[in-house]
Amino acid sequence: MSMTLASPVLDSKTPDGPVADKWDNFKANEKLVNPANKRKFKIIVVGTGLAGASAAATLAELGYQVDAFTFHDSPRRAHSIAAQGGINAAKNYRGDGDSVNRLFYDTIKGGDFRSRESNVHRLAQVSVNIIDQMVAQGVPFAREYGGMLDNRSFGGAQVSRTFYARGQTGQQLLLGAYQQLARQIGLGNVRLFNRTELVDVVTIDGRCAGIVTRDLMNGEVTSHAAHAVVLATGGYGNAFFLSTNAMACNVTAAWRAHRRGAFFANPCYTQIHPTCIPQSDDFQSKLTLMSESLRNDGRVWVPKMAGDTRAPADIPEDERDYYLERLYPSFGNLAPRDISSRAAKRAVDNGQGVGPKQNGVYLDFADAIGRLGADVVRERYGNLFDMYERITGENPYEVPMRIYPASHYTMGGLWVDYELMTTIPGLYAAGEANFSDHGANRLGASALMQGLSDGYFVLPYTISNYLAQWLNKSIPDTSHPEFAKVEAEARDRYHRLASSDGTRGPDWFHRELGKIIWDYCGMERTEAGLDKALSEIPALYEEFRRDLKVTGGEFGLNQTLEKAARTEDFFELGMTMCRDALERRESCGGHFRAEYQTEEGEALRDDENFAHVSAWEYTGDATQPTLHIEPLVYEEVSFQTRSYK
Amino acid sequence: MSTTLKNLTLKIWRQDGPNGAGRFDTHVIDEITDEASFLEMLDILNEQLIENGDEAVVFDHDCREGICGTCSLMINGQAHGPERATATCQLHMRKFSSGDTIVIEPWRASAFPIVKDLMVDRSAFDRIIESGGFITAATGGAPDANLIPVPKPVADAAMDAAQCIGCGACVAACPNGAANLFTSAKISHLNLLPQGQAERYQRVENMVETMDEYFGSCTNHGECEAACPKEISIDMIALMNSDYRKAKVKNRKALSRT
Ligand code: SF4
Ligand code: FES
Repeated sequence: MSMTLASPVLDSKTPDGPVADKWDNFKANEKLVNPANKRKFKIIVVGTGLAGASAAATLAELGYQVDAFTFHDSPRRAHSIAAQGGINAAKNYRGDGDSVNRLFYDTIKGGDFRSRESNVHRLAQVSVNIIDQMVAQGVPFAREYGGMLDNRSFGGAQVSRTFYARGQTGQQLLLGAYQQLARQIGLGNVRLFNRTELVDVVTIDGRCAGIVTRDLMNGEVTSHAAHAVVLATGGYGNAFFLSTNAMACNVTAAWRAHRRGAFFANPCYTQIHPTCIPQSDDFQSKLTLMSESLRNDGRVWVPKMAGDTRAPADIPEDERDYYLERLYPSFGNLAPRDISSRAAKRAVDNGQGVGPKQNGVYLDFADAIGRLGADVVRERYGNLFDMYERITGENPYEVPMRIYPASHYTMGGLWVDYELMTTIPGLYAAGEANFSDHGANRLGASALMQGLSDGYFVLPYTISNYLAQWLNKSIPDTSHPEFAKVEAEARDRYHRLASSDGTRGPDWFHRELGKIIWDYCGMERTEAGLDKALSEIPALYEEFRRDLKVTGGEFGLNQTLEKAARTEDFFELGMTMCRDALERRESCGGHFRAEYQTEEGEALRDDENFAHVSAWEYTGDATQPTLHIEPLVYEEVSFQTRSYK
Repeated sequence: MSTTLKNLTLKIWRQDGPNGAGRFDTHVIDEITDEASFLEMLDILNEQLIENGDEAVVFDHDCREGICGTCSLMINGQAHGPERATATCQLHMRKFSSGDTIVIEPWRASAFPIVKDLMVDRSAFDRIIESGGFITAATGGAPDANLIPVPKPVADAAMDAAQCIGCGACVAACPNGAANLFTSAKISHLNLLPQGQAERYQRVENMVETMDEYFGSCTNHGECEAACPKEISIDMIALMNSDYRKAKVKNRKALSRT
């Protein structure tokens, strides 16, 4: 395959100066649009999660005309709502040694030295503004008795920098951003298109000219023109079918943009979250995350003996293996996600798994209950314990929880430069939809931080730098023939899918696809496995095209048709994921290639050859995309082997 | 350990569109494990329907973790079904027994028109929030987060109210189709906090009046609280009513001064 080195297309546009000054330098030199002129610009924001809602609300406050799109009935349903644990910020309210620099460094290290230094530093800088902003919005963060904000330490951090609202931090932050957006909708500054899905992106003369959408209520396909388009459409974790993502999370918006020229970066960087409830059945629709804040007080263990089916209470202390505490004494049960996940997989692969299917490990609260009392444990985790009991029928105050890793978050996404612009001028990607800040592994409580940082404090600054050049110039409207052409293609596609008259529904194909991706491009990858996946996925895709059955017709509300289209995009994404995993001949963060490991079974990075972003260009054949490289240059930090021993 | 339920009869509301007549379709589920969630049972049914060439049953759902508020089913006449403090998506088949007949309907309330089958349009809730369910604090310029201490009991009470997931079960359970529990939860969340004081009385007035445009009136049945998956307390309604009365007086005075 061809490798385009040092491709001129991939200009990260990182500002000059030392890393700590870059953001200030950018702001001092960027082009602005004056307040009276902002209303001349139309911006489309797709997605209303943390990144989308905060961007749409803020851009409207600044005076831009904003059209916001969500496929949900209400912006408040976006999947950001399900984040449980918390949000990081370098406030150093505890005086425990935290600082912007430390958060910056932890994030680079947590990402296994595969993220862009300048973006990460900016993220750490604006993290402090996010907390101020959200408190002003009325987010009821946890407080201490004196009325000050409470903090806790969260997976992989040695300081307490995580702010939280019980186990529902994502909900409270999303509702804060949603309410701010609702205010702008009420004022008439944002037009909201709900139950409307992006089905394509339109480019004219080398810039993004707008989008084509499908109204989910009646199947109508419509064009929308704008000066700039922001995709804040989330991650692609549902490629695995079983994941902790909500059922409707999908890659369609990002993938459609990819097909129109936006490069897709590091698709193989997927995060497998260590603390989910193990799968109980084959028809299971999704996996449920148990916040990893539980690891602050729960102890992870398995029986020392393989195949031990005794009840947990009957296994004496000295026959238990508290493997995280044993292997990673300084981090113990708080070892980062990728490391904890692989350790659980090793235990289960060794036959030490627990539960009816022997597919889990214990997360035990007996010590915490003994030390703190059941009331304190209930205060901290009550709602999580209740949720666990509802799903499993077991009471975690009495028997240890069972957990196992599951797909949870995707670090890869649309390639963006420092200004969050994709390789299509005028098309931006924010939040989980972009690739920029987490490298090969995301730290706990950093997803909410990044979504809000992009939407509140980055895009509103960077977007004017692009828009300024279009002031008082005309841009193509929806009467331009390109819009008609893209609309026609979308109609044809939905018509083709709606007429599929094979024998199996889209969920069947999605589930089978997910199994392939999970088996060969999940927690552990090998060259042979990935080669196999790259032949099995196209074969299954072929079958999908031949044997898919969709009932309900092209027009009118049809959830089966929606799923069919999203599944089709997962097929192509899956191939590119596997291609990326195959080409990255090293292990780093969430990408573990079995061929590249240390004697102790830890990830073995290859900084010489792989300290770069892999950005893929669509060629029409998703198994053979073209690779472009953005070298990662570290000015501030130096490479280190991640050790959590 | 899991057991298998046998021979369940589902009576499911089907309606082609907002103006369609609507009817019950009956389906028999021969076997299902009690580990399955209620919605997984519907997934399985839908896959079978599609394979047989029939249209899948339309229903709203997304997170399946009880937090997004998208799921919305009347199960045997109970909003979100028989389990207390549990949204439909978190309900599992172990709450049912072999041989049961289960009647599945959409939320029924005049403010929530049926879209298709089991899906309804709850956008009237968004209109209520748009009318005042926020604190005006434009991005940028917020003071340090610890500048205004919030006593823990106040923060906790605000959080109790803020947990509302906007599902609409309270409206569906109410004989009058009132949205007082939903509206009062948001008003209480914001009106309890120091940050919410500046707009306190304007907020309650605007939100209550928008609510009244769409929804029925509350006559204190208390069905809402019993149906609420987040156990939002009807005390919130008392707080809203008291603020509303004060607002009527204060806002009139404020107006006469201008
Ligand atoms: S108050 Fe309860 S029942 Fe009503 S919308 Fe909120 S969560 Fe649902
Ligand atoms: S599907 Fe999200 S609350 Fe039920």
